[in-house]
Amino acid sequence: MITQAILRALDKKAIWVISILIAMAILVPLSNLLLPTGHPLRVPNYMVSLLGKYLSYAMLALALDLIWGYCGILSLGHGAFFALGGYAMGVYLMRQIGTRGVYSHPELPDFMVFLGWPELPWYWLGMDQFWFAAIMVMFVPGLLAFVFGWFAFRSRVTGVYLSIITQAMTYALMLAFFRNDMGFGGNNGLTDFRDILGAPIAAQTTRAALFSATAIALAASFLVCSMIVKSKLGKVMVAVRDAESRTRFIGYRVENVKLFAFTVSAIMAGIAGALYVPQVGIINPGEFAPANSIEVVIWAAVGGRGTLIGPIIGAIVVNVGKSYFTAALPDFWLFALGGLFVFVTLFMPKGIVGVFTSAWSALRARRASARAQKGAGPMPGPSTDAPARPSQRQDNETETPPGAKPSPAE
Amino acid sequence: MTCGVRPFRAVLACLLLLVALAFASLARAQDTSPLISDFGGANLRALAAAVEALAASGDERALPVLQALGDGNLYETVDGGIYIREGRGAIIDAATGETTTDVEPDDLRVIRINNALRRDIRAAIGGMTLLSEDDNTRLRAAREMFSTADPANIELLDEALAQEDNAAVRRVMEQARAAAILRTDVSEEDFAAAVAVIAARGDRQALGILNANLANASEAERVNIEAGIARINQALAIQGVGQNVWYGISLGSVLLLAAIGLAITFGVMGVINMAHGEMVMIGAYVTFVVQEIIRTTNPGLFDYSLAIAVPMAFLITGLIGVAIERGIIRWLYGRPLETLLATWGLSLIIQQGVRTIFGATNRDVGNPSYMSGAFDFMGIAITYNRLWIVVFSLVVFALLLLVLNKTPLGLQMRAVTQNRRMASSMGIRTPWVDAMTFGLGSGVAGLAGVALSQIDNVSPNLGQGYIIDSFMVVVFGGVGNLWGTLVGAMTLGIANKFLEPYAGAVLAKIIILVLIILFIQRRPRGLFALKGRAVEQ
Repeated sequence: MITQAILRALDKKAIWVISILIAMAILVPLSNLLLPTGHPLRVPNYMVSLLGKYLSYAMLALALDLIWGYCGILSLGHGAFFALGGYAMGVYLMRQIGTRGVYSHPELPDFMVFLGWPELPWYWLGMDQFWFAAIMVMFVPGLLAFVFGWFAFRSRVTGVYLSIITQAMTYALMLAFFRNDMGFGGNNGLTDFRDILGAPIAAQTTRAALFSATAIALAASFLVCSMIVKSKLGKVMVAVRDAESRTRFIGYRVENVKLFAFTVSAIMAGIAGALYVPQVGIINPGEFAPANSIEVVIWAAVGGRGTLIGPIIGAIVVNVGKSYFTAALPDFWLFALGGLFVFVTLFMPKGIVGVFTSAWSALRARRASARAQKGAGPMPGPSTDAPARPSQRQDNETETPPGAKPSPAE
Repeated sequence: MTCGVRPFRAVLACLLLLVALAFASLARAQDTSPLISDFGGANLRALAAAVEALAASGDERALPVLQALGDGNLYETVDGGIYIREGRGAIIDAATGETTTDVEPDDLRVIRINNALRRDIRAAIGGMTLLSEDDNTRLRAAREMFSTADPANIELLDEALAQEDNAAVRRVMEQARAAAILRTDVSEEDFAAAVAVIAARGDRQALGILNANLANASEAERVNIEAGIARINQALAIQGVGQNVWYGISLGSVLLLAAIGLAITFGVMGVINMAHGEMVMIGAYVTFVVQEIIRTTNPGLFDYSLAIAVPMAFLITGLIGVAIERGIIRWLYGRPLETLLATWGLSLIIQQGVRTIFGATNRDVGNPSYMSGAFDFMGIAITYNRLWIVVFSLVVFALLLLVLNKTPLGLQMRAVTQNRRMASSMGIRTPWVDAMTFGLGSGVAGLAGVALSQIDNVSPNLGQGYIIDSFMVVVFGGVGNLWGTLVGAMTLGIANKFLEPYAGAVLAKIIILVLIILFIQRRPRGLFALKGRAVEQ
């Protein structure tokens, strides 16, 4: 049954995406490690970590798009799940430092010695085992999402209200993690990592391996998302997005569908965070900032929401732009990012992928009509693809303007 | 042309003022020195005249000199210098009030007085302090005597009490007398009465006095004092509650100002304006610019700067709001989540724009005279700027209620809130209502900015600090009803301030956020939700 689901998920597009990702997972480390420095085809060291960072962002954007693009839940707090996964990994990495810290304490990390803590808090126990930490990476964000979603979806908090309270959730977590009493390093967060699974984290081979792991994890999440979306459940999710009340009246348990998608998405975000932390070498409460979570939304929107390939493209494109502009024109970046939010929502509601597919279908329609004209005289009528620009209609809310996704509240 | 001259003239005026002040202080210093040196080598009659002259000068140096003379602590030297020395303490130059080492203690000769003169001196001191014409001087003197609690002052206080007719001053004098009485040997009834007077004062100072007397009190007195202490502690507890309520109201009024515009736009249009905080920030910067212009052109108008800034901020942010609605939001109707994202992008642009123009650092916005200072209300310190902001927020709230309930625009806005399609069918121009609503909401945000510029740092991040709290107010209070926003803002403000002493500021905020998230589960549409089918959509 599972193989069947996987086979169904693997349509032509999915095979392409997954093969590209796996090829990257093999070729980038090989080129970085085997080719001599200065070789034109060698991927430089910094680029490996940078690409790994982009791919973990892409995974976060994919997780967000699963609930926003397919289930109509706009979470403005997905950064919280990402950061929680990151913290779980960070705690594991802190436990690996051992006696190499400034205070050479065998058990406690430096900041705890500094704050005069007598022993490890209970939630740090067991985190020196990788398997346990790996479970926590998925369990903690998943549990938070489950509890939060349980309350929110059961009482039918939808639309803008849900977005605002997810934002409040990540804001509250940010304030909490800024506190020293929380036991996660307060303001400074967790950093100065040494080993991961016994391998020195700064070594180039480890970095290359982390990149491969990220690329493979992204490919796996793409496959999982693809399976979900193509299944019957995925169809129900889309139904919930387009007409929630109607789906409920037909007899589906809307809240269960939403809760499932939300929890899966949070777990994916947590894994992305766990892969992100060893590659950038630090996790601090700034990752919980509401602004970060909103930025994730724009990655998905730029790439194209409601498609699985879109958020991956969007996350990479926006972050490449960010890396470039923050170095070249630091003052300009916020203008560009803000402008991107406005431009994409106004003029590209389907994102980059939407622009390409409509251009593609327009091209195909023209070819088809040209063929039809050559064959059988009079043509059937003008092509009927939707314009990418939003309509100028203002009042009539029930009739969705062409080119726009219907809002979840029906 | 005139613009070029004016700053120069202002500088000239300042210089003149400085020179005049310098002369004035010099002149005063010259005034008392000869008066004080008159004490040297004078006979009793001349001394009486000198005392009268010095008391009449009203100078601040006169009081310690007269007190020293009355207590026999005023000395003279052969060369005419006058010095104050208490017991074997340091020698103080009476004319300057500064400690001096130029004089050998052996050269000092005490200035002798008789009983008649002693009475004169006490009257003079009383006239300068407790018997002064000025209410504030008397009050200050009585407070001073309360904290020193010197039994020697009892006589003077009795005299002052006999002719005091200002109730507030009288109360302080009685307390000062009671504090002094506690240090003397008096009958049990008098002691009990004194404890009662001090306990009635009910503040920390009174608590300190009672505790100090507890150590060497007799058994009967001890019972009395302990009862008094219990009373004070109770009063302090009530005061603490009052203080928290006041701080809560103050925070709530700030939240109300920040959230009320948001509630209007959200209620009518169903869109969340993430750039709302930036409208607040622009309002604060408008205040800054207005103050800068006033400073360079017409410093005399500084006290009116807020009165000018309020309409300016409303107009400017209101116009920006209308522009945002016409330029962006109207293209996104029916897509509230996209609107949220677009306005968030806008907020980034506005923030960065302000940072580019005004710099990233805090700008200095001054408080007009009536906004600075504080007063005491039943033991609660109330600063004027907080008080005015509470008043201002309530005025804004009342005006908005009027606009919503008594004007055609308000009628149309309420109609659109309740059922947009029906309102449209009845001939209401909903796009126009939307634009006006957005303008009104943004304008109110600008007003909030003017108020916040008085209590917060004016920086490009100003709005960010308030935006999430404002959302919470709107979500908690519900939309479509301004009273919900009022109740929501005040509840959140007061709850926050009550939690803070127990949990700390950060944890209090977290608890509030969690409570709201839980509250939303029970009432997804807030406290004051609109009822009826129209809202269900």
